[in-house]
Amino acid sequence: MLKALNIDPGKCTGCLQCELACSFENEGVFNPSKSRIKVFNFHDQGRFVPYTCTQCDEAWCMHACPVDAISLNKLTGAKEVNDNLCVGCKVCTIACPFGTVNYNSATGKVIKCDLCGGDPECAKACPTDAITYVDADWTGLDKMRKWASKTDAGQQAAH
Amino acid sequence: MAWARRILRVNLTKGTCTHEPLNMDWAKRYLGQRGLATKYLTEEIDPKVDPLDPGNKLIMATGPLTGTCASTAGRYSVITKGALTGAIACSNSGGFFGNEMKNAGLDMIIFEGRATSPVYLFIDNDDCQLLDASGYWGTSVWDTEEGIKEAHGDPQIRVASIGVAGEKGVKFACVVNDMHRAAGRSGVGTVMGSKNLKAVAIRGTKGVSVDDMPAFLKAAAAGKAVLADNAVTGQGLPAYGTQVLMNVINETGALPTRNHRDIQFEGASKISAEAMAEPRESDGKPNLVRNAACFGCTIACGRVSTIDRTHYTVVDRPQYQKASGGLEYEAAWALGAATGVDDLDALTFANFICNEQGIDPISFGATVGAAMEMFEDGVITTKEAGGIDVKFGSAKALTDLAELCGRGEGFGAEIGLGSKLLCEKYGKPELSMSVKGQEFPAYDGRGIQGMGLTYATSNRGACHLRSYTVASEILGIPEKTDPLVTDGKAGLVKAFQDATAAVDSAGICVFTTFAWTLEDIAPQIDAACEGDWSVEALLATGERIWNLERQFNLAAGFTGKDDNLPPRLMKDAAKTGPAKGLTSGLDKMLPEYYQLRGWSKDGVPTNETVSRLEL
Repeated sequence: MLKALNIDPGKCTGCLQCELACSFENEGVFNPSKSRIKVFNFHDQGRFVPYTCTQCDEAWCMHACPVDAISLNKLTGAKEVNDNLCVGCKVCTIACPFGTVNYNSATGKVIKCDLCGGDPECAKACPTDAITYVDADWTGLDKMRKWASKTDAGQQAAH
Repeated sequence: MAWARRILRVNLTKGTCTHEPLNMDWAKRYLGQRGLATKYLTEEIDPKVDPLDPGNKLIMATGPLTGTCASTAGRYSVITKGALTGAIACSNSGGFFGNEMKNAGLDMIIFEGRATSPVYLFIDNDDCQLLDASGYWGTSVWDTEEGIKEAHGDPQIRVASIGVAGEKGVKFACVVNDMHRAAGRSGVGTVMGSKNLKAVAIRGTKGVSVDDMPAFLKAAAAGKAVLADNAVTGQGLPAYGTQVLMNVINETGALPTRNHRDIQFEGASKISAEAMAEPRESDGKPNLVRNAACFGCTIACGRVSTIDRTHYTVVDRPQYQKASGGLEYEAAWALGAATGVDDLDALTFANFICNEQGIDPISFGATVGAAMEMFEDGVITTKEAGGIDVKFGSAKALTDLAELCGRGEGFGAEIGLGSKLLCEKYGKPELSMSVKGQEFPAYDGRGIQGMGLTYATSNRGACHLRSYTVASEILGIPEKTDPLVTDGKAGLVKAFQDATAAVDSAGICVFTTFAWTLEDIAPQIDAACEGDWSVEALLATGERIWNLERQFNLAAGFTGKDDNLPPRLMKDAAKTGPAKGLTSGLDKMLPEYYQLRGWSKDGVPTNETVSRLEL
């Protein structure tokens, strides 16, 4: 079963444990500035929104790369950057409509979410289940279930 | 590792910024943050220095766990000689600033001297510059933070700054970071203002590591599981915040009301966590928007709130109609019960102003409560109060004074003296509900006897965070004791004081200790840091820190006579509730406390104690 990251901003408290886990997995140190997932704080509205690569099927970044450094991991569906091939041209960062591929000046390569090879650390670190790793074909299942439980509320009340 | 092993010394008089290696001998004996910065401060300043003299120093300090993935590990503290108290001051803050400082490779920033004109410190990893802050002087914390991010074109910069109150010498000014997280007490922001230092802005991207990573990851994960499984940290605090206490403490008969005249507030339920969740009439939305976490915190007790748009405080003022930091228990108590005001929106507004202009809501609210008592007694007149009827229960007086105090103007500037100086000024020193010049927080020492001893002996003046015996006496953590008796409280207070001093030096939040004991904390510190950090070592470190702070205060001119409570708590019996008829039994607890501490009858650490603790 192919899985995907599913983000529910309503559950996010803005603690950044996902950024800590992501940076540790990828950099070996705790460094949110190097995280592939970012939590945005819309302070005036009291909203926190985690945001990262959604692994597009027809990935703009992959198609744009002039040296074929971005490739599909068929097991996970992730578009992965091969550091040995990446020349740091940043064309993928322009091509990505969502801004989720970014340049790392410390290494001269781009960085993006690779789903940690199929076991994403951000999802494991999230204390509120705002980030989960679920069946890619059924990311809406929890929302459907929640609303499904209300469909016969009128009938229930009538009885 | 864990420690960045580097400090930044900023001489504001000379305009220099210099990196220095951290004194690792001291780090191994004082851990970090509160303990280690206190060691530096006490080595470097004259204890008798006026807090606002350039000879006083101000230290911002992270702990060894700050910036790691341990739960709540984003804390930093501001350590100085307090403007409100003249005693050792250490105010702890969450938010995200501490992590940014650690990621710039800094355990501490030591500020010394005084700049000739307003400046702010800008740190971009190893680059440190003092920049002109004249454009920000006279503006709020909120405008300063947004302005600096815009000026540098970097929204990821983290800022800690003072508001106008800190510039104008309001004695209980805070240093506020991330819009509404504050190093709140004892006037640390006042000291910052006296140095012409408006803000510290940091971008840090270096990364943080620890000594034994596999052991640390395991210990940190175990710690998080304990927090998640605990009813207080896993359910109560995320859902209700610290405000979960309002109705509990009121029913206990320990909610100081109208300047401690009463210890139960008839309006408590209207300003409680439950009230914050109640949909209001105007728009059907509750005051509480959601809970929010500080850096790395898996509890997330923070409140994000809005004010009813039809409320008098915000009509035609759209900047206050947005969501911002909501009421925590201490603020709700001080702005509400201490003043007799039960208007939740007025309290939320006053709290916004405290954040916006950097004033401590505890000392502010408690001082307004004292002013209200003097007003009712006819000691302060409407004319002296600048036309404000400073009556108990007046929401308008509260919110007007918050704005005036935030700007250091009119009668607000007099409130900004703090209750001790204000009450002395009007010839009523006995009406200041304070110890060592710092106002009581939200627990009455008659209804919770251990808190009386806590306040009397707290090194930074009256404070609940130095030994939160409420945990034991009311909540039964780690075990239940009777709040109405004095027996055993000396030992309880000492144990809490020592453990808390260690926690405050580690980079984590003291609220973890609703669930964590040192048995949960020690493995995390031990794995992260070089050296032996067993439970015993942490307790010894905590006791060493406590005595170091005590020695500083004694050298500053305090004596055992200052370990005291106002006559109201010692002589006026509680009128209602379970504690009815009781006064504080401080005189029974204090001698035993001195003995357990290894101090003389006058409250001075004996030579034996000093050498035992290797001070």
